[in-house]
Amino acid sequence: MTEILRVENLKKSYDGFLAVNGVSFAVQQGELKALIGPNGAGKSTCFNMLMGQLKPTAGQVFLDGENITGKQPRDIWRKGVGRTFQITGTYQSMTVIENVQMALMSHHRKLFAMRPRAWKLFRGEAFEFLETVSMADQADRPCSILAYGDLKRLELAIALTHRPRLLLMDEPTAGMAPSARIALMQLVADIVQDQGVSVLFTEHDMDVVFAHAHHIMVLNRGALIADGSAAQVRNNPQVQDVYLGGGTLFKEAQDA
Amino acid sequence: MAFFFAQFLTGLANASSLFLVASGLSLIFGVTRIVNFAHGSFYMLGAFVGITLMNVLPGTVGFWGAILLTGLAVGAIGAFVEMVVLRPIYRAPELFQLVATFGVILVIQDLALMIWGAQDRMGPRAPGLRGVWRIFGEPVPKYDLVMIAITPFILFALWYLITKTRVGVLVRAATQDREMVGALGVNQAWLFTGVFALGSALAGWGGALQLPKGGADLLMDFNIIGSVFVVVVIGGMGSLPGAFIAAVLISVLNVFGVTYLPQSTLVLMFVVMAVVLIIRPYGLLGREEVAGEHGQVGAPETPIRPYGRLGQTLVGVLLLALVALPLVVDQFMLILLIDMVVFALFAASLHFILGTGGLVSFGHAAFFGGGAYAAALLVYHLNTPMEIAFLFAPFAAGLLALGIGWFCIRLSGVYFAMLTLAFSQLVWSMAYQWRGLTRGDDGLVNIWPSSWLSDTIPFYYFTLAFGIGGILVLRHIIHAPFGYALRAGRDSPRQAEAMGIHVKRIQHTAFGLAGLMAGLAGGIFVFSKGSVFPTELEIGASFDALIVVFLGGVKTLAGGVVGAGFLTVIEDWLTRLEYWRLLLGLVIIAVVIIAPEGIVGTLRSRWAKLRGHNEEVVK
Ligand SMILES: Nc1ncnc2c1ncn2[C@@H]1O[C@H](COP(=O)(O)OP(=O)(O)O)[C@@H](O)[C@H]1O
Ligand SMILES: [Mg+2]
Repeated sequence: MTEILRVENLKKSYDGFLAVNGVSFAVQQGELKALIGPNGAGKSTCFNMLMGQLKPTAGQVFLDGENITGKQPRDIWRKGVGRTFQITGTYQSMTVIENVQMALMSHHRKLFAMRPRAWKLFRGEAFEFLETVSMADQADRPCSILAYGDLKRLELAIALTHRPRLLLMDEPTAGMAPSARIALMQLVADIVQDQGVSVLFTEHDMDVVFAHAHHIMVLNRGALIADGSAAQVRNNPQVQDVYLGGGTLFKEAQDA
Repeated sequence: MAFFFAQFLTGLANASSLFLVASGLSLIFGVTRIVNFAHGSFYMLGAFVGITLMNVLPGTVGFWGAILLTGLAVGAIGAFVEMVVLRPIYRAPELFQLVATFGVILVIQDLALMIWGAQDRMGPRAPGLRGVWRIFGEPVPKYDLVMIAITPFILFALWYLITKTRVGVLVRAATQDREMVGALGVNQAWLFTGVFALGSALAGWGGALQLPKGGADLLMDFNIIGSVFVVVVIGGMGSLPGAFIAAVLISVLNVFGVTYLPQSTLVLMFVVMAVVLIIRPYGLLGREEVAGEHGQVGAPETPIRPYGRLGQTLVGVLLLALVALPLVVDQFMLILLIDMVVFALFAASLHFILGTGGLVSFGHAAFFGGGAYAAALLVYHLNTPMEIAFLFAPFAAGLLALGIGWFCIRLSGVYFAMLTLAFSQLVWSMAYQWRGLTRGDDGLVNIWPSSWLSDTIPFYYFTLAFGIGGILVLRHIIHAPFGYALRAGRDSPRQAEAMGIHVKRIQHTAFGLAGLMAGLAGGIFVFSKGSVFPTELEIGASFDALIVVFLGGVKTLAGGVVGAGFLTVIEDWLTRLEYWRLLLGLVIIAVVIIAPEGIVGTLRSRWAKLRGHNEEVVK
């Protein structure tokens, strides 16, 4: 197996408060890896540094051996990293399929084109991506009236458009019903299998995590306290302390 | 050396009034996040109220008492304005707030005209401070020295209020985290009102204190607002010490400018601003502003679609009607239509950057007027044939927009608005002061089209071709990938960047394009009028376009076009009324509060509701 992502000693400090404190890990090609931890552990901050939304205070990020630390999100995206956000940021004034077409226009480098009609461009291709996430029937609805779970699936479709090597998903199932969560993660697992994409995701629902993740990392107060298989993580005393000690019993409340 | 020092003192004295006004604006912005364009109006009110009170109250005590009372009175007016106009729209997008404060400017202008008349007033001399003192042999007015002495106390008093008192703690908390104030058990609405009243009072004091050096007139509001914005932008929005430093810097610079470079005093101020902003985009003492969430008014924008059969037919019929019109209407009507089309293209270009791009530009007249001037200068100085000069207009305006955009696009929200405004003032001051090139306010005249276009009817068709053509091109681009990318950057910049879209680059290009189209409108304009004056570059001209886009509706291109037609027509009879500003101001304020979706937007949602209703009936 080859390493697709390697993170070395990543740090982020907010006015002296270390939100992420020296995190190092790797993600292998074709792996589905979970990053878990209580609210405020630093998961989203970590993701934001991986894709360039935030500049790390210290540390380095390598994509397939190439140092991408501090690069812009758009450049990292062009190198084959896709991501979904904890709070969705789809384009409210476009339809569902136009959201996907937008990503395809960017992928095919048509952003500065002023002649073609945008809504006709790559419509067929976009439709296929919507089919992958079973959203084809809603293709022409305005994005602003979608249910939250559907928005999450749309985000996934958008993130797949440039056939990423690595997918970062921050709480992909937050706000969904339990059955829908399992279904969505099953979908992600299938995509990993079919396309050989590597996925790093954060998640609060431990059922989802243990059902799908190949490997699990646990973040607490900005530091990694475990990195291994489900069984290894479950039996790690420090992890048990964080979760059981907090009385949360591996069932965390939703992020605000 | 002594002369130098005396000049410096004059600068310091001028700074005190400027600082008072700027600190008020800065304070209001810091807490309420509203850029109060009507701030200059409170300054003007301060001057007029001050004169009135000084005439009633006698002697030294009366003089200073009048100044004190003026601030209180203007503060009370400010509180009233805040409660009636701003309270309902704190959560609305910035544009709405800015337009509402512009409505306030118009209302106050006419009220001042009603109460005090159109005549300029000389300010009374301060009792006991009439003469000069000699410093190193140079005469310095006594009143200047008193002003210089007072200013540090004002700065100190404000600083004490903000940092040492409970009210100040609340104000600072509100500046940093507006939700938190609610948690502290303070009525946020009253805190905002209080701060707005204080800010207005400061502007009022500024207006009253400068009376012995200046006076009161009805142009004071617009005249001060440019400098005040420059001061606040240079100092950093929301920073009192920043405002002080910048006020001193600008005032001293002005005094020396008048002596050594009398042709460029205004330009100098904006050049300093540009230099500061290149080095520190958020001003000397400003902190980086994290772009916050923008409010939403009305339903979320519906996805755009090219017109269907019905829409295309309607547009086609309208165009045919426009083409056929010269057969039936007289010359006067054609000229009105030319004005309308020119204004519609200007508004459409602003809509492109504002509606589709989400960038609230407050200086769009720089490109309209810039284009007009570019063509006129070629004709006037080089006798360039009209055809070439006309094409040069959009080209030059586009380049100007790319240049100005380079500075402005780096910022967003109100910072962007202020910067575009300041740059348009820079362009205006160049047209106004560089008399050798532009003939200043005498304007450039005798800029007529070639002989084949000299009659009204050919020129009408020329206008239709380029004006409507320009609007259609813009419309086409909105529906092209570029327009979509621009909208993506507006809807969610974070998502756009995470899918490879270089949002700022798209916006910069769009800004250049909008400038180009505005310049095209300016090119048609200058040859239809045969002349161009600095008024085409004024803040007022930018605001006309904003109001048109706003009245029509921000969410559709048709809004700007309809708004332009509407305003051209009503302006014609409106300006015949004596107090048309009052009326227009009240209408604007009412639209902001009652029908924030504008004419086209409101019609569209009515229509959608009606159709939705029908569909249900069918089912
Ligand atoms: N912009 C910021 N300024 C200061 N502190 C922040 C900022 N963003 C996040 N934090 C803090 O960093 C910590 C980690 O946040 P986050 O990464 O969102 O956690 P998670 O995603 O694991 O819930 C939290 O304590 C949060 O309060
Ligand atoms: Mg998070």
